[in-house]
Parts: sequence; C-alpha cells; structure tokens
Amino acid sequence: MGIIRSLTLLLIALVSVSSLPASAQDDDPGRELLVNLAEAPNSGVEEALNAIVSSGHPRARGWLEAYGNNRLSRVKDTGQVVVVLNNRGRDWEIANPLTGENMGEMSRRELDRIAINNAIRGQLEGILAMLDLNAPDPDVREASAQDMMGKVDASLIEPLEARLELEESAQVRNRIEEALAIYRVGEGDIEAVDVLAGSLHPRARAALNQAVRSDDPVLAKKAGQALGTIEQKLKLNRAAETLYFGLSLGSVLVLAAIGLAITFGVMGVINMAHGELIMLGAYTTWGMQQLLPGQPGLALILSIPAGFMVAATAGIIIERSVIQFLKGRPLETLLATFGISLILQQLVRTVISPQNRTVVTPEWMSGSLVINDALSLTLNRMYVLGFALVVFAALMLIMRKTRLGLEVRAVTQNRNMARSMGIRATRVDIMTFALGSGVAGLAGVALSQLTNVGPNLGQNYIIDSFMVVVFGGVGNLWGTLIAGLSLGTINQLLEPWAGAVLAKIIVLVFIILFIQKRPKGLFPQKGRAAEG
Amino acid sequence: MSSSQNWLLRPFQERSTQIFLGVLFAALVVVTFLHLFMPQDSALHVSAYTVTLLGKYLCYALLAVAVDLVWGYLGILSLGHGAFFALGGYAMGMYLMRQIGDRGTYGDPVLPDFMVFLNWQELPWYWLGFDMAWFAFIMVLLAPGILALVFGFLAFRSRVTGVYLSIITQALTFALMLAFFRNEMGFGGNNGLTDFRDILGFNLRTDATRLGLFIATGIALAIGYVVCRAIVASKLGRVSIACRDAEARTRFLGYRVERVQLFVFVVSAMLAGVAGALYVPQVGIINPSEFSPLFSIEIVVWVALGGRATLYGAVIGAILVNYAKTVFTGVMPDAWLFLLGGLFVLVTVFLPKGIAGLLQKRRKAKTDDDTPTGQEATA
Repeated sequence: MGIIRSLTLLLIALVSVSSLPASAQDDDPGRELLVNLAEAPNSGVEEALNAIVSSGHPRARGWLEAYGNNRLSRVKDTGQVVVVLNNRGRDWEIANPLTGENMGEMSRRELDRIAINNAIRGQLEGILAMLDLNAPDPDVREASAQDMMGKVDASLIEPLEARLELEESAQVRNRIEEALAIYRVGEGDIEAVDVLAGSLHPRARAALNQAVRSDDPVLAKKAGQALGTIEQKLKLNRAAETLYFGLSLGSVLVLAAIGLAITFGVMGVINMAHGELIMLGAYTTWGMQQLLPGQPGLALILSIPAGFMVAATAGIIIERSVIQFLKGRPLETLLATFGISLILQQLVRTVISPQNRTVVTPEWMSGSLVINDALSLTLNRMYVLGFALVVFAALMLIMRKTRLGLEVRAVTQNRNMARSMGIRATRVDIMTFALGSGVAGLAGVALSQLTNVGPNLGQNYIIDSFMVVVFGGVGNLWGTLIAGLSLGTINQLLEPWAGAVLAKIIVLVFIILFIQKRPKGLFPQKGRAAEG
Repeated sequence: MSSSQNWLLRPFQERSTQIFLGVLFAALVVVTFLHLFMPQDSALHVSAYTVTLLGKYLCYALLAVAVDLVWGYLGILSLGHGAFFALGGYAMGMYLMRQIGDRGTYGDPVLPDFMVFLNWQELPWYWLGFDMAWFAFIMVLLAPGILALVFGFLAFRSRVTGVYLSIITQALTFALMLAFFRNEMGFGGNNGLTDFRDILGFNLRTDATRLGLFIATGIALAIGYVVCRAIVASKLGRVSIACRDAEARTRFLGYRVERVQLFVFVVSAMLAGVAGALYVPQVGIINPSEFSPLFSIEIVVWVALGGRATLYGAVIGAILVNYAKTVFTGVMPDAWLFLLGGLFVLVTVFLPKGIAGLLQKRRKAKTDDDTPTGQEATA
C-alpha cells in the first residue's frame, strides 16, 4: 500500500474539512474500511457499508457519494482505494479518500472501478441519510430526518429507533418520530396516527390520505379525523401567509406611494416621473454594489442615504426646471412630468443598459424564517416591511415635529398668508419636492431587493402609487399607509381564486368605483386645507 | 354666428372648417391621383405603403380630434382614450377574424385560430353576430360608447373631475390592458387579432382596398371634424365650454353639468372607436398594447402640440408627431423617446397653445377682426 500524498478539491466541497495529522494517516481506520468495501463479495457489501457508517469517519459521506456515482476506484498496482475526480478522457484525476489530497492524474487502465450493484444503489440514499442522522450538527440531523419521511423501510426502523434513544434535540426527535409514524401508519398501526395528526409536513398528509383508504375501518376513521385537524391548522397557516404577503406587497405600495403622498398630496403637484425617481434609487443601489464589489450588505446600507440624495437632487432639478413654471396648472404638470419620465427611462437605457441589472441580496437578508412546515416568512420582505414603517414614521415626524413640516403645512393651507408671515414659499416648495423625491429614491433602494432593476421599474409602480394616494385620501399620510397596506392585502386575498392579473384588475376596478362613491378618498381632508 | 342659422350648416360657415375641409379633400385627391396615375418609377409616385401610412395618420388624427373635444372644450383630460380606440379596433378585428372563415391555419370554419389553439369548443357568446358587417359596425360605436356611458355616468354624477378623473381614466385603460392580455378573455391574449383577409368582400392585401380604406378614413375624419365642430358651435357646446372654465358657476346657473359632460364624453369615445375600427384593417393587427397608458397619454401630447380647443390643431399635432415618430424610430430609435419626452416638456412650458396658437397669433397680428375659436367662451 502506498503512502498518502495530496489534497483533492472535490472532497473539500463534499465533506467537512477534516485535518487528520499526517502521522495518523498510516493507521487511519478508513483505509481498511475502504479496502474491505472494495474486496467484499456481493453479499458482504452491505456489511462493509454499515461498518463505514458506524465508524463515524468524518469523510465517510464523501466515500459513499463517490461510491454511488461510480467514482470509487482501486489502483491496480498498489491496491490503494482512490476517489476519481474527473473521469473524462484517458487520464483520470484522482484523490486520496482519507485526506482529500489531489493525487494528480493516472491512466484509466491502471485503475479498477469498484462496482456497485443496483440493489445497493437503491439503499444508498437511506444509508447516506442515516449517516447524516448521526452528524454532530443538529440542523443536519433534522434535515436528514425530514428527508427520510416517507422513505423509511423495514431495514431503517432499527437504526432510527436507536438514534431516537440517543437524540437530545427535541426538534430532531419529533422529526424521527414522524418519519417512523409514517411507516407505521402504512403498516396499519393506529397509535401512530396520533403522531402524524400533529405534523404539518406534506408527507405526513400523504400517509394519512393513504390510511383513509385502508381496509381497516378504525384506522380509516382515525386518519380522517387527523386529516381534519391538520386541514384546520393548514388553513390558519395559509391565512397567516396570505396576510404576510399582503402586508409585504402593501409595504411596497406604501413605500412607492408615500413620496407621492408628499408631492401630490401635500403640494398638489402631479409628478408622473415619480416612478422614475424610484428607478433612480434602485439604480443607485446597483451602482453602489458595483463600487463596492464583494460587500453587498455595506453597499446596500450606504445606498439608503445615497439613493435619497440622488433622487432628491433629481427632484430639485425637475422642480426648478419645469414644475415651478406650471404652478396652478395641474394637467400641464402631469404632461410635462410624464415627458420627464420618458426622458429618464431612455437615459437609463442609453447610458446603462436596456437590460435588467442584478442587485445582490446580502446574506443577512436572504433566506427565510421557518415557523413550521407550512409557514416560512422570507426575510427580505420582512426587512422591506420594517423599512417602510421606519420611513413612514420618519416622515410623520418631519411633517409634525419639525420647522419644515410646519412651514409645508402652512404653505399648503394658505400660500399667501404663509408668505406674509415670512415663510419663503419657494424654498418650502423646493424642500418639499426634494423630500418627496428622496423618499421615492428610498423606495427604489428597497425595491431593488424584491424586483428586477430595469428601465421599466418605475412604470410598473406609477399607476399603483397614484391609486394608493387617491384611495387613501390626498394630503393624508395615514391614509396612504392604510390604503397601501389594505390594497396589498386585498390583492393577495383575491389572488388564490382569481389569479394574479385578475386580482389586480379587480382591485383597480374597485378603486375606480370607490372614487365615484367617495371622491376624496378614505380619509378626506377637512377644514380649510380641503378648499385648496 | 347668429343662433337662427341651422346648426348643421353652421360649422361650414366658419373659416377654419372651410380651410380644413379644403386641405383635407385636396390631400385625398392628390394622394389618390399620385398613387393611381403616376408610373411606379416616378419620383412623384405614392406607393401603397405610403398610402396606408397616411391612412394610419388620419386615424390618429380622428382620435386626436376626439380627445380635443373632451379636453379642449370640456376640460376633461382623458388619459384613457386609447381604451375607446382599442375597443373600436377590437370590434372591427372580431369582424375581420370571422371573415377569415376556414382559411385560417387550422381551417376551422367558425372558430378563429387562437381559439382552436386554446382548445375552445365553441364561440363565446360575445363573439356572436360579428360575422355580420352591420352588427360589427354598430358595435364599433356601441362598445366604446357604452363603456364611456357607464364610466362617465358614475364619474360625472359624483363630480369626479380634474386630476382625479385623469388618473382613474388611466387606471381604466390599464385595467383593460391587463384584462385583454389574458387568454381567457377570448380576444387572442398577447397576440391580439391578426391575419385578416377580407373586409366587405374586398381583399385587404390589394392596393385598391388600401386606397379605399385611406379615402374612407379621410371621409370619416371630415365627418368627425364637422360633427365636433357642430357640437362646439351649438348651445350645448357653449355650455360645455362654460363647464370647462367654471364648472361650479355653470351648475349654479341651472345647467345639468353632468349631462353635458356625459354627452360630449360618449360622442368623443364613439369617434375614438371609429378611428380604431379604421386603424385595424390598415395596420393589420389589434393587440392589447393599444390599451397601454403610454399610448393614451401620447394622444394628449399630439393635441397639446397642435393646440388645444381648435380641433384642426389636434389633426396637425397628430400628423406631425406621428410623422416624426416614423422618421425617428427608423433612423435613430434611441432618440425617439428623448424627443417625445422633450416635446411633452417644451410644449407644456413654452407652447401652451400649441401650433394653432402660433398660427392664431400671426393671424391676429394681421387682421384683428377674426375671433379665435378657442376663446368663444369669453366672447
């Protein structure tokens, strides 16, 4: 037998990096285990495999996977077992199974493939799962127990029960019990139904569905009851999920509309380029990530002030160059700002690209919060929901508690009176428009985490945003919040039975009809402000 | 313009109408002559392609006149007129689809190709009758008319005006666009209706039919123009201008503002429907993109460029902008949106009365006795 030499790439990827000291390699028990596997007669393969599994060798998983993929070979001269990394061409790249070291290339004629028969291959998945079930990491154990649900057969009962004895983690225990119960229900065990009644896993439901059709009337009845319980719980979970998605969609609408609620609602300026300001915010995030490659999280956080500034600057330019000349002519403002939106879209197409850009989601924002088998909440949507609420609260504070907010409200209610009190109305106009535009930029930063960043991003949100503002009542920030969240939720509630497009149509028609009934929205302005 | 004159004759006594109709008919005659009697290789020959292109412009012109009627004389900025245009177009498209008969790819005598493709067994009820030309042509008027009637009735009754109305008209056309994109609607979904062959027994692919459609469009534009002019010059038109300028005051004077608004709005929608119906056989396709909010708002800029509340300005604007669009999307497609966007801004900021306003100013400088049409309300 040869001396062990080098590291492999494949095994590093497959197996947790283990570092056996070089001196220990000669008497690594793994070598003997592998040789036993290679030399075992057909009837002895299972025993050899079991020996590998129960050895708890840190690289055992990699061996078994290589074995299953026909990648385990023996060097004819030395009898050493190796893992084949690349079996294309004449010379095969091989690696040491004990250390994972790459051993370079070897002619395929000098290698002898360790054959695997189909019966063993069929069991290998279960064997691998058992291997994971003994892993030190409880998450790995839980995942593997979950994998086993519905796949347990008679041969696995014993090791599973043994594992259950040893298992400390309650979650893993639950999973193993469920996996066992699925098998037992299949065998006609009535007691096991109780275990499954508490599970929301689809496999448990599948097992119960089968039990309902069984010949044993007692079992069938009990399984039916268990299914009823599960269905109830599922309904609740589904409702919670719909609510979550609804609130999430609503928070996007609120973010997109809240800037508009300031420029349109408070200032009375129809800014059709609002969507493009959102787009600018999203592109700022993309640009920031280009500037800081490899640090998507930092780039995203820096994008929040940057997106605000970019959009606010664009807003000031739009206000100074066009909108100020169209004061008191809302329909003309609408047309002019629509023209600006076309120019901005084309600008992005020409300067950056007509294609969508990818914005990376930082690690702490990806993934989801798993509540149970039927309910998991995606993290990025949760962050956006929180962000929307923070932005809303900040805007409320600015409008209610700062000097600027006071002046804005004064100018809105009576421009001439405010001016005679010494408020510089023009400056207030600029600041308000910049604020509203900046918030649109913030919306863009958040949206870049949920949708494609492309030149059409803004167009997709402009009509929705106006609907939210008009539905909530112009000039009322609370109205915008409630309108956005409720429209998002209504949309999601309708989606399951109407489909996404029809749900949107229904919501639009609903708003159109609603405005006929209450032209000033949900929360109309009262008093003097309403007369303007 | 004394009130004793017949309301039908009145529009013809206005100089702008006389000039407009004169120019329009002269253009029709010249194009027809150049197309039919000039040899193919002559520089003056107008090809069938150009004839169809001009026909398309005339459809847009009629649509712009319809928008000008509501925006210029009623003060309602409709951002959803593309919806009425498209509905008229779909009514015509459905007729043309039925005329294909069994010559489609799948050869089904009744079902259009896309329905066979979607495995539909029979024609939906709303397709019934569209094999008859008279029914389809009535629907060209009725489909947009009824939508405008219902929508306008609800909106004007509850006094939704100004920006709010603009935004919900935009939502209306957006919702319709989403709806027509759905295959389940039975209007061909994404692809719309296309592959037409005959109209009233004439092959759509021959030059003669194209010329005929061009002339028909020209005549429709003339009729539409005269109808609008008649409405504007009538007492109803004066009330409508009063609504535009001071809605509350008009209401206090005892006029039923919402009825005037509804009437004008429905007429305008029907005109838009006719424009769409003439557009479809010339372009050869109708699909949901005609419902897109961008198209509707583009119509408004044609009117704004030409000049609000003049009617002929709308025609000038529609033809100019669309000619520019044809040229630019061919030569430098990237620049077109810059130009269109710039046009929106420049016209609203620097040219609030449009090209017609410039013309009027010049005329006014020469002779001070001709009252510009747009200012009748104050006269």
